[in-house]
Amino acid sequence: MSKISLKNLSHSYLSSQVNKEDWALRDVNIDWNDGGAYALLGPSGCGKTTLLNIISGLINPTEGQILFNGEDVTNKNPVERNIAQIFQFPVIYDTMTVFDNLAFPLKNRGISEQEIKQKVEEIAEMLELTSTLHNRASGLTADGKQKISLGRGLVRSDVNVIMFDEPLTVIDPHLKWILRSKLKELHQKINRTMIYVTHDQTEALTFADQVVVMHEAEIVQIGTPVELFEKPRHTFVGHFIGSPGMNILPCKIDNGAISINGNKIETKIDIKDKSFSKTEVGIRPEFIEFNERGLPVKILKVSNTGRHKIIDTESESGKIKVIAKSSDNIPTGSAFLNFKKDYTYVYGDNWIIE
Amino acid sequence: MNKTVNQKAWLFVIPVFVLVAFNAIIPLMTVVNYAFQETFGNNVFMWEGTRWFKQILLSDRFHAALGRQILFTLIILFIQIPLGIFIALTMPKEGIGVSVCLVLMSMPLLIPWNVVGAMWNIFALPDIGFLGHSLNALGFDYNFTQQSGDAWFTTVLMDVWHWTSLVVLLSYAGLRSIQPAYYQAAEIDGASRWSVFRHIELPKMKKVLTIAILLRFMDSFMIYTEPFVLTGGGPGNATAFLSIDLVKMALGQFDLGPAAAMSLIYFFIVLTVCWVFYNLMMKNEGQS
Repeated sequence: MSKISLKNLSHSYLSSQVNKEDWALRDVNIDWNDGGAYALLGPSGCGKTTLLNIISGLINPTEGQILFNGEDVTNKNPVERNIAQIFQFPVIYDTMTVFDNLAFPLKNRGISEQEIKQKVEEIAEMLELTSTLHNRASGLTADGKQKISLGRGLVRSDVNVIMFDEPLTVIDPHLKWILRSKLKELHQKINRTMIYVTHDQTEALTFADQVVVMHEAEIVQIGTPVELFEKPRHTFVGHFIGSPGMNILPCKIDNGAISINGNKIETKIDIKDKSFSKTEVGIRPEFIEFNERGLPVKILKVSNTGRHKIIDTESESGKIKVIAKSSDNIPTGSAFLNFKKDYTYVYGDNWIIE
Repeated sequence: MNKTVNQKAWLFVIPVFVLVAFNAIIPLMTVVNYAFQETFGNNVFMWEGTRWFKQILLSDRFHAALGRQILFTLIILFIQIPLGIFIALTMPKEGIGVSVCLVLMSMPLLIPWNVVGAMWNIFALPDIGFLGHSLNALGFDYNFTQQSGDAWFTTVLMDVWHWTSLVVLLSYAGLRSIQPAYYQAAEIDGASRWSVFRHIELPKMKKVLTIAILLRFMDSFMIYTEPFVLTGGGPGNATAFLSIDLVKMALGQFDLGPAAAMSLIYFFIVLTVCWVFYNLMMKNEGQS
């Protein structure tokens, strides 16, 4: 039970670092509050697993500190840190029964037989493993095995944090859904800090209260699913979250006035004299309307998903996707777009300007 | 849908059949032929039934050779398997050391068997050999050509030197195929070094170890060249293992009938042990 803080954390798998690309993690500062449900979201290779292994103590960071409740644990091993971690592929001890597998982390810590029995039965019940409890673990299916891995992570009640490294990759979609709701339910029940690594935004947004988005070895935004959706702080977050993602269009800033190809864009933002090598406007497809006047576009394609229509349009500055209600009438040929002022953001060198 | 019947396909089997006939079936059947008959040369054969089999199975000489053989095989298995696993566990896992170790380990395996025998013969000679001379200089009364204990010691040492590498290489391959996540999970579960070995490494090496034990069993049970060159089965009959005794009977005494019967019994023992062992080891594999 503790608050986990990472301070100026950087890691590289190389012995010397010359370029930015040599780092697997760059200057990570983050606090994980006790009892929170976090998701670590990002594409493959962005450093999620590295960050997780640093928190658990499997990897020693090149630079920076890890604090558990203010105490420096940077040089402590996983056992001393008292954490649990579940890996992408099921790890089971082939020679043992399901019961012994679940009991293994407890036995290694010298807990009494009676308490082990009670704990294991409780976890087995929760994961619906009771009927196979005394079978050999090696005979189980992939998702049965992954349930054991999950169980071994959840069986100790005193851990500081439980970390999941894309644990549902090998599980089939139907069961994935069930297990994910189980984890969510479990989080509410045991109230322990959980960090869930995934590259799947649905998984992240449904599991977590706070989502940490990573991109190219850096944390680009930490926020609730709603915040990530409504106000992406980095163009990557806009792209990555939402389906389809945010429209990003190059723009000009002249004396605080923003324009795309000569069309003035209204925002809430007051841009002072800042200079960037690249400036862009970001607007989610959900917050664009067709209007009499505005940004001129050509309609390319309309696809109806049933719930809503996705309209592909093309302006002189690039393609823009628009989402409209299924019942809406969509103009054909050319049209004008209007961006909702409250949800129109301006990005300088990929970061939001406020 | 009906499948068409085409017996011509059998023609494709002919080349393999001819090949196997010449290198296995015909020689084996010749041995079977000898095992049931008596001959005094000139291609004259007399039917003897199971007489040679009874004779061999009841002979003290065969019992003694079989006893020596079993003892030898057990000794080298009990040394080579644990030693091989131990070396594989301590070998480096990355860097230049890997290649160096692998090459060093492969070397004994590349040396022809009679050369191994000759090398060790000279190496162990009590007057001029490095091993023999050093042992005597250290105060041990060592002479493998005259003392059966020393002859056994040298033969076992030679076999350990020659073949432990095979177990090392197989075990190393097995160890390298274990996913890092297993070690990481064990670390987080708080497993001891022994638990990691007992519950992760050993089970994951099970298949390669089965192969290693089978190969080492068969090779050591049929060992001929190296002890033949090293000790010639001596002193006396102290290191006359089954195959050495068999050759003595067949080519030394020219007792073709009993030798043929002994060959078949020998063959049957190897086959049975391998079959039983393999089935025991693979009993639980079907489920996963």
